[in-house]
Amino acid sequence: MITRQISIFLENKRGRINDVTKVLAANNINMEAFCIAETSDFGLMRLIVSEVDRTVEVLRKADFAVIVTDVVSLRCKNVPGALSSVLETLAAKDIFIEYMYAFSRQETADVIIKPNDLAACVKILSEINPDNR
Amino acid sequence: MSRDEMMDLQGKRLHKLVELVYHHVPFYREKLQAMDISPDDIHTIEDIVKLPFTTKQDLRDNYPVGLQAAAQSEIVRIHASSGTTGNPTIVGYTAKDIEIWKEVAARCLTAYGVTRNDIFSVGYGYGLFTGGLGVHNGVEYVGASVVPTSTGNTEKHLRLLRDLKITGIACTPSYALYLAEALEKSGMTKDDISLRVGAFGAEPWTENMRKEIESRLGLQAYNIYGLSEIMGPGVSYECEYKNGSHICEDHFYPEILDPETLEPLGRGKTGELVFTTLTKTGMPLLRYRTKDLTSLMEDDCPCGRTSVRMTRIIGRSDDMLIIRGINVFPSQVESVILDMPEFEPRYMLVVDRVANLDTLQVQVEVRKDYFSDEIGSMLQLKKKLADRLKSILSISADVKLMEPNSIPRSEGKSVRIVDKRRLD
Repeated sequence: MITRQISIFLENKRGRINDVTKVLAANNINMEAFCIAETSDFGLMRLIVSEVDRTVEVLRKADFAVIVTDVVSLRCKNVPGALSSVLETLAAKDIFIEYMYAFSRQETADVIIKPNDLAACVKILSEINPDNR
Repeated sequence: MSRDEMMDLQGKRLHKLVELVYHHVPFYREKLQAMDISPDDIHTIEDIVKLPFTTKQDLRDNYPVGLQAAAQSEIVRIHASSGTTGNPTIVGYTAKDIEIWKEVAARCLTAYGVTRNDIFSVGYGYGLFTGGLGVHNGVEYVGASVVPTSTGNTEKHLRLLRDLKITGIACTPSYALYLAEALEKSGMTKDDISLRVGAFGAEPWTENMRKEIESRLGLQAYNIYGLSEIMGPGVSYECEYKNGSHICEDHFYPEILDPETLEPLGRGKTGELVFTTLTKTGMPLLRYRTKDLTSLMEDDCPCGRTSVRMTRIIGRSDDMLIIRGINVFPSQVESVILDMPEFEPRYMLVVDRVANLDTLQVQVEVRKDYFSDEIGSMLQLKKKLADRLKSILSISADVKLMEPNSIPRSEGKSVRIVDKRRLD
């Protein structure tokens, strides 16, 4: 359930996100999920892709500032209350979430979580849901 | 020597100097006469404020030897500075000048702990540039063995360092780092060489560079300062406390001026460094504006030397910007950035005027290793730089973090400042 996330530092400039997607398209890389965090003068684009190393390589070649971070990828049922029960457990065990984002399919939803303590978070989640991938 | 004794000596030497230039340099005689000053008006060192300034332009206008005070037959050596624009600067030395130069260069080396038992490599260029021969003569005067390596052949330099067990080196700080790199690439480490002392100068450098040079070459790194118009290397030097460079003020009298108003600034204030050559006879200069920015320190140095010290050169006065009425030097910004490993050594300053208020934006690139996936730590990095800039500049600057390679690399005279202010 630990997955590697790519973060790209972007200046707030028109067309900058498209510059990333163009590089990915040209290299036939598909994004599974992404989100953007912004401040007044820069943003961070966070991506989940299947071929992390190759993606990092092509982005760096195009002069992007890229870093790879380990995050937790959690699959839960795509029903009301599913996420809430997980977050409640994490909060009860003192896990702090720095950021998270999610994408849902038909039956399931995948949630990407950046906890303050990755190892502890993974351990807790595997205890409450051993089947989690 | 006590402060009073030093000032007494400086006053006497200044009087003699003014007498010399009044009678032997038409350029100064005309200036002094126009100001209605005769050598008899100058008796104490405090009288120096009555004297005219000399600029690099004056040297160019009087090319080649118009400011020379000695007859050509008295000149035993001629150096020339590289003139990237206009005429080069020609400096003629009398035998007495060369003697003094040797002695001040030897003072520097002695302060670094060099003795006759050392083997010393001079990695400055030999030739018209004063660096090579200036340090060379000082090393001989101390009695150490001088190895005139000069610049260019790094491989041979490394081999000599190793095989001769060379203990001291003088070169530019950037060459020292290059040498460290070459050493590591060749498969050797600092333990394969015997360097223990380094004298570095001729370009601005930082505390971080010092630490890096010291750890990679295994030596103690000291600053040496000088400029060919005044003499060459040996004008000032650091002692073992590395807390400012002691000025050989019995020969080179320093002042600090506001580069805008040309008014003398008090001790501790940063401004343009001005030197008067108290004892030179070849090409003596009155109040020569170096354009180097620094400040003077008069407090006691634990080493026991009583001479005034200058802080690290923070830049050149001709790059000065006036922002919200405050003098801002790009080099101040540069020194802050160079001292922070988090940023690439490149920056861009954007000055603008928004609603009648000047704004300063400092654009920097974050180094690869310091990027973070957390917005919070990126903002913290931004704030850290902004805080340091504020404490150095006394005005607040807006820091903008840029993507890699978005700021042009410095190649020669790159444009680092964009001034968008339109005054109408």
